[in-house]
Amino acid sequence: MSSYHLTHLAQLEHEAIFIMREVAAQFERPALLFSGGKDSIVMVRLAQKAFSPAKIPFPLVHVDTGHNFPETIAFRDRMVKETGARLIVRYVADSIEAGRAQEEKGPNPSRNSLQTVTLLDTIEEFKFDACLGGARRDEEKARAKERFFSHRDEFGQWDPKNQRPELWNLFNGRKHPGEHFRVFPLSNWTEMDVWQYIAREGLGIPTIYFSHRRRTVNRAGVLLAETPFITLGESEDYVERVVRFRTVGDATCTGAVESTASTLAEIIQEVASARVTERGARADDKRSETAMEDRKKAGYF
Amino acid sequence: MSSDQNYLSMDLLRFTTAGSVDDGKSTLIGRLLYDSKAIFDDQLEAIERATEQRGEEHLNLSLLTDGLRAEREQGITIDVAYRYFATPRRKFIIADTPGHIQYTRNMVTGASTANLAIVLVDARKGIVEQTCRHSFIAALLRIQHLIVAVNKMDLVDWSEDRFNEVVRHYKDFASRLEIPDIRFIPLSALHGDNVVDPSARMPWYRGGSLLYTLETVYIGSDVNHVDARFPVQTVIRPNNDEHHDYRGFAGRIAGGVFKPGDEVTALPSGQTSRIKSITGPSGEVAEAFAPMSVAMTLEDEIDVSRGDMLVKANNAPHGSQDIEAMVCWFSEKRLQPGGKYLIRHTTREAKCVIKTVRYKVDINTLHRVPGEAEIGMNDIGRIHLRAAQTLLCDSYQRNRATGSFILVDEFSNATLGAGMIVATGLPDLPAGGYLEMGGL
Repeated sequence: MSSYHLTHLAQLEHEAIFIMREVAAQFERPALLFSGGKDSIVMVRLAQKAFSPAKIPFPLVHVDTGHNFPETIAFRDRMVKETGARLIVRYVADSIEAGRAQEEKGPNPSRNSLQTVTLLDTIEEFKFDACLGGARRDEEKARAKERFFSHRDEFGQWDPKNQRPELWNLFNGRKHPGEHFRVFPLSNWTEMDVWQYIAREGLGIPTIYFSHRRRTVNRAGVLLAETPFITLGESEDYVERVVRFRTVGDATCTGAVESTASTLAEIIQEVASARVTERGARADDKRSETAMEDRKKAGYF
Repeated sequence: MSSDQNYLSMDLLRFTTAGSVDDGKSTLIGRLLYDSKAIFDDQLEAIERATEQRGEEHLNLSLLTDGLRAEREQGITIDVAYRYFATPRRKFIIADTPGHIQYTRNMVTGASTANLAIVLVDARKGIVEQTCRHSFIAALLRIQHLIVAVNKMDLVDWSEDRFNEVVRHYKDFASRLEIPDIRFIPLSALHGDNVVDPSARMPWYRGGSLLYTLETVYIGSDVNHVDARFPVQTVIRPNNDEHHDYRGFAGRIAGGVFKPGDEVTALPSGQTSRIKSITGPSGEVAEAFAPMSVAMTLEDEIDVSRGDMLVKANNAPHGSQDIEAMVCWFSEKRLQPGGKYLIRHTTREAKCVIKTVRYKVDINTLHRVPGEAEIGMNDIGRIHLRAAQTLLCDSYQRNRATGSFILVDEFSNATLGAGMIVATGLPDLPAGGYLEMGGL
């Protein structure tokens, strides 16, 4: 007699697939927000499983800040080719040029929050009514209270006071014209769960997640990679270090960590004994205590 | 941390924590995460910074769990916050909910998917109204395991007598609830006694620490593996050359066990067929059980779509338009007889109308208040509603997935309330074969 038992990773996988199928069933024009980072890679794999043997019934959407690591873009293109998914790319640079967004000024400019403008414009352009994202609740304070189905108003704004209670497996995706939902199938996954799943499934990931030599500058404790998008200050200098990236965001605000982890097993070992959270190296979160909350209220991921 | 092998074979426990602001609940959770080393250095640094800024002396672990700006400023929790940690034995999801009466909705929400509830009691104050309220909600939501954490034992001199007194009072009250497994743990969240490690200061207590209990409580029997229920979410139709005729009925098993070769009945049509194949995330499976997400193909081309349910002929849910249910109401607009709403039950949505409000539950005394015409925000009551379509139900006691529903406002789209089915059919007629009347 079987014990009818699922491991926690299996439960998370089955739950995520359930969520994706609900999105396909409840919405007319869903999309999957894809960044090339590990969470969105897992999302694509889950989407394949959810709808197999049919193709993924929605496009992958990438809001490209232009500040990506080239490795991430290369990986994205390869993955799209392999899965046969439809890819839509929209550029923050185009929003800036069209006068819809303004490039940040000052010593540490980032295009991170500008993504919101491009994202909302893209949603408007294609009339997406639901966007699947790989955000997890363990990532950051303001995400601990996020729903699976996160309602956004016609301005793309997130109001914590107006989110609907989610009970059992019942998800209320009803909305008025012009509104949309962000849906997060990985809500209950932790960073460790994501890595374990990648290992279990044998998923490929961009090389920057693995240890490599790179010239970096230490800015207020964050190791930023040398890229054309960063200008060095007077006392700053690049030093070659053995590093890897634990999270993949823009090159202008994603910090590397010194590490020799060059295999998935080593990465997992490192994550297991990490003393700093995954987003701890994100300069965009450090801007203020409520950085994420404020960005979400304005329509960010 | 665990080896890879361990990590891949752990199971998952979801639990909810309830207690008022002053009972030290946030401190308890912070302590749990802190002592099991699930708090990272940068989070700790952030708390230390924030504690300093607020001019407090002791490391305020409650700052770890309070997220939103408004909450940090007011020092309270407004919404359900989900926290995650794992030990080598188990992965945990904490649904941390506020204790105030205004936020009953959040406790109900957090409790809906929980296997276990921790109810926090201040050892000095003992059992108070809030303790009863939280316990009642846990029982209503059919949480199978409850831990009464008697906190602040340091402030009652670690007294065994005081602990036993509190336990006695709770047991008197709890005899009215239907929770099969209740345990009592004396602890001090502030000092860490009995939270992760046993307390040297309470040698008279022979039970496990809180974490040990959380790691070892058996939850294998909490899901219904007896009554076969498969609500169809969506139909997968590749319509390509390779899979020209493929029709996969996708969804999440809500109960019982399905195997290829099983004869199934599609409800509400009543058409029958045999299962040809069942596919899970990793390929075809020999059996499927809750909470697996699968896609099934059938031998025959029968008409099945979202909202329908596949079951086994000899064990069907009760199909009815009339439903008796306990509801928890979330909206400021009161629930009234004649009120029209949308009901979402498994994968089906239908219009419904409230026929009768049977009674309201006074959440402080836990007594029924008959003759109440309306149910207000954060109230719990019993109603009879009539749906425009036949709903395929079990009692909530029998199956949480097929015994629950939400009520939605057709115009504002808000989720107005949550319901738990007590029985179906008109109250004067005998209830259907497989239903039991709940204790309430």
